[in-house]
Amino acid sequence: MAPLDTVSSSRRGLLKGAAAGAVLLGFHVPAKGVLAQTAPSASPGQVPEVNAWVVIHPDDRVVLRMARSEMGQGTRTGLAQMIAEELHCDWSKISTEYVTPGESLRRNRAWGAFLTAGSQGIRQSQDYVRKGGAAARIMLVQAAANRWNVPAAECSAKDSVVTHGPTGRTLRYSEVAAEAARLTPPAEVPLKDPSTWTVIGTSRARLDTAAKTTGALVYGADLKMPGMLVAVPRRCPVFGGTVRSLDRASVASMPGVRHVLQVGDGAVAVVADTFWQAKTALDALKVEWDVGANGNVSSATIDAMLTEGLGASEAFVGNQNGDARAAIAAAPRKVEAVYSYPFQNHAPMEPMNATVVWTPQRCDVWCPTQNGEAALATAAQAAGLPQQQCDIHRMDLGGGFGRRTTHDWLADAILIAKQIPGVPIKTMWTREEDMVQGRYHPVTKCKLTAGVDAQGNVTGLHMRISGQSILSYVFPNALQAGRDPVVFQGLNPSGAESAIGYSFPNLLIDHAMRNTHVPPHFWRGVNHNQNAVYLECFLDEVAHATNQDPLALRRKLMANHPKHLAVLNAVAERIGWGGALPAGVQGRGIAQQMGFGSYVAAAAEVSVNDKGELKIHRIVAATDPGYAVNPKLIEMQVEGSFVYGLSALLHGECTVKDGAIEQTNFDTYNVLRMDEMPKVETIVMGSGGFWGGVGEPTIMVAAPAVLNAIFAATGKRIRDVPLKNQDLRRA
Amino acid sequence: MTKLTVNGRVVEVDATPDTPLLWALRDHVGLTGTKYGCGIAACGACTVHIDGQAIRSCVTPLSALDESQKIVTIEGLSPDGNHPVQVAWRELDVPQCGFCQSGMIMAAAALLAQTPKPTDEDINAAMSNICRCGTYNRVRAGIHQAAGGGITG
Repeated sequence: MAPLDTVSSSRRGLLKGAAAGAVLLGFHVPAKGVLAQTAPSASPGQVPEVNAWVVIHPDDRVVLRMARSEMGQGTRTGLAQMIAEELHCDWSKISTEYVTPGESLRRNRAWGAFLTAGSQGIRQSQDYVRKGGAAARIMLVQAAANRWNVPAAECSAKDSVVTHGPTGRTLRYSEVAAEAARLTPPAEVPLKDPSTWTVIGTSRARLDTAAKTTGALVYGADLKMPGMLVAVPRRCPVFGGTVRSLDRASVASMPGVRHVLQVGDGAVAVVADTFWQAKTALDALKVEWDVGANGNVSSATIDAMLTEGLGASEAFVGNQNGDARAAIAAAPRKVEAVYSYPFQNHAPMEPMNATVVWTPQRCDVWCPTQNGEAALATAAQAAGLPQQQCDIHRMDLGGGFGRRTTHDWLADAILIAKQIPGVPIKTMWTREEDMVQGRYHPVTKCKLTAGVDAQGNVTGLHMRISGQSILSYVFPNALQAGRDPVVFQGLNPSGAESAIGYSFPNLLIDHAMRNTHVPPHFWRGVNHNQNAVYLECFLDEVAHATNQDPLALRRKLMANHPKHLAVLNAVAERIGWGGALPAGVQGRGIAQQMGFGSYVAAAAEVSVNDKGELKIHRIVAATDPGYAVNPKLIEMQVEGSFVYGLSALLHGECTVKDGAIEQTNFDTYNVLRMDEMPKVETIVMGSGGFWGGVGEPTIMVAAPAVLNAIFAATGKRIRDVPLKNQDLRRA
Repeated sequence: MTKLTVNGRVVEVDATPDTPLLWALRDHVGLTGTKYGCGIAACGACTVHIDGQAIRSCVTPLSALDESQKIVTIEGLSPDGNHPVQVAWRELDVPQCGFCQSGMIMAAAALLAQTPKPTDEDINAAMSNICRCGTYNRVRAGIHQAAGGGITG
């Protein structure tokens, strides 16, 4: 049977590893928390699966298998609802377990993609996950019908019980699971009509809360294994730099130190009995770096490069209709502005970590990752072994936000463990390492130019983006003749993923790609974050410059975009747009965008005092994700999205000096805290018929709604974030 | 060897005096519910109680501690995980990724011990913990609920 990462099966995976090296015998992964709230399993191998997604235990427990990772976004619970909707099982008996990518590889990718990013954990797997539940139900019902020797059509299933209609006889799923598992899976697996759903669309409690309130959930950072050592690495602070010299003797005799290692060309690590010993020695370790030419790069040189791109003659076109340049030239009035958006760190609360056991025959990894399959590929390559001799045992993530979709940290952890064969090595980054070795929100600038006629109609818009392309660094093969299509998130002419919500008679959106050595990456919300600031704030500028109401101006441009308009109207109505301001409130702002398949809008109420201190009194957010799987979880994601988006707006900035990131911890890279958190009212208005994402979309409207409200309150147009660098006092 | 009183039990920790309590708890005592987030007392993930006060264990060295001080971690907050804060957290589904929540819960429990009916301003002042997932509003609601539903401020 499948070595899956349940409590028991993790041990089984370890025992597999043990075959390769006797030192592994007796390993024990802490039982609690490998899967939150997973009750103790029966002995491995004794309970056959009904199919890849569903295991029914003799005591009626229902174990649902997960390929996507849980990092707080609630995907575990949402996907369980998807399976349970079709399985007709007893919700109170549900637990979940992670499948390993190694097992999926052996079974011809039975569980599909593992990628947990792009707000797609549910929407990209909803079809086959529901079919997994439905197929299991069909087999369970058939097994019961066979037992009774009646047609399956006379039987129905509810709450893990099959009932024979004509006679009223019943059998529990657990009583027929073994027989069901031996049946041939059905060729046709019809799914329920959404109008008949009773589990999807309900605000079920999360399946994984309890262990997060007692300290019982074991994260990757908490793993312990007998004989385990802890490695703390440091990579050259200038990306691309290398180790020139390493004075091992300088720390070799410090307490607990076992190994002082070079890791590849560009990193070092101290391995000790405990984290504190390793970190203390690493801090004392004398290392000389060869930083290379990148040591000359600074925020100023990057800004100059981006500014050049704003006026460059060549650029990749993302969206074009009519002749924007001609329309702007012919317009009686022109509005123009330049915006910027900085590097930012993901800064998940759990720093990067991975526990690795490497032998010449096998490599096993325990780590939090947003993509088990990508982690397996990285592990195999770094381990120098075929993927079939490696596996990834996933731990719940202490935050991801995109950082854990890439595995630089895992490759280094394996290069460390490879130097100490057979010994479990937990590689743990310091927060400082996490800050300076990030994969950052891309840095861009944008120049927007609009032509406006005498009636205030926008006759042409040119939006020139200058800056980094994530794909150039991460998936260069995905570039389209050099063009990075992801740059245009939220600005695309059409499509189900991220289409612009306005129709301009003449439009040109283009991208002058300007890359630097600081690696960008997918950062929760990705390119939507800056694109929404650019477009939504600039439209606000156009409205004010032409004495139009910002909502009215947008509505004129949105006639052909009813779903975009619906969420915008919803927040405008709820916030009381156009009405009197509540006491203390000085201005309102709105913004909308479509992203990750969902339509979102936000409205904000703010005030700014004489000292220039901003108070966000109230935020109203609307989201239309099509089908709303769990409204409470959506509310949680919307609230969280404001924390992430407003952290970026208020504080988020990584600067570059001498080629290195200057911010090294939360003292210099501050984030939103409780006292700055506004009230959030969430309108979940799923219109059905499509599957949109939830984890990210709202982030993109957080900043522009507040920036537009700040303008309404103060008359100050902020075009460069974060606000910590800005004086918000009225001019 | 430093003697500590952790969750009502005296333990001996064989670590250098500069070792922070956080790492003594995690790597020597074996209590990993208390988390490392920053190491500079900036995020609060490492919050524990010493004699009832919420402190940041990542900057509290063993040299500053002895057996007389009563240290309580998330594992010892209640015998059965049913401290009112923990109950409220479960009822409201406060945690998302959960990594900061041990610190949040310990900070909230200390606040309520001293201020049984905290206002929003009290909460803002006491709860400077960082949560990147964005649970702040549910943390606030959870504290009010644990306080007996007395939402004030």
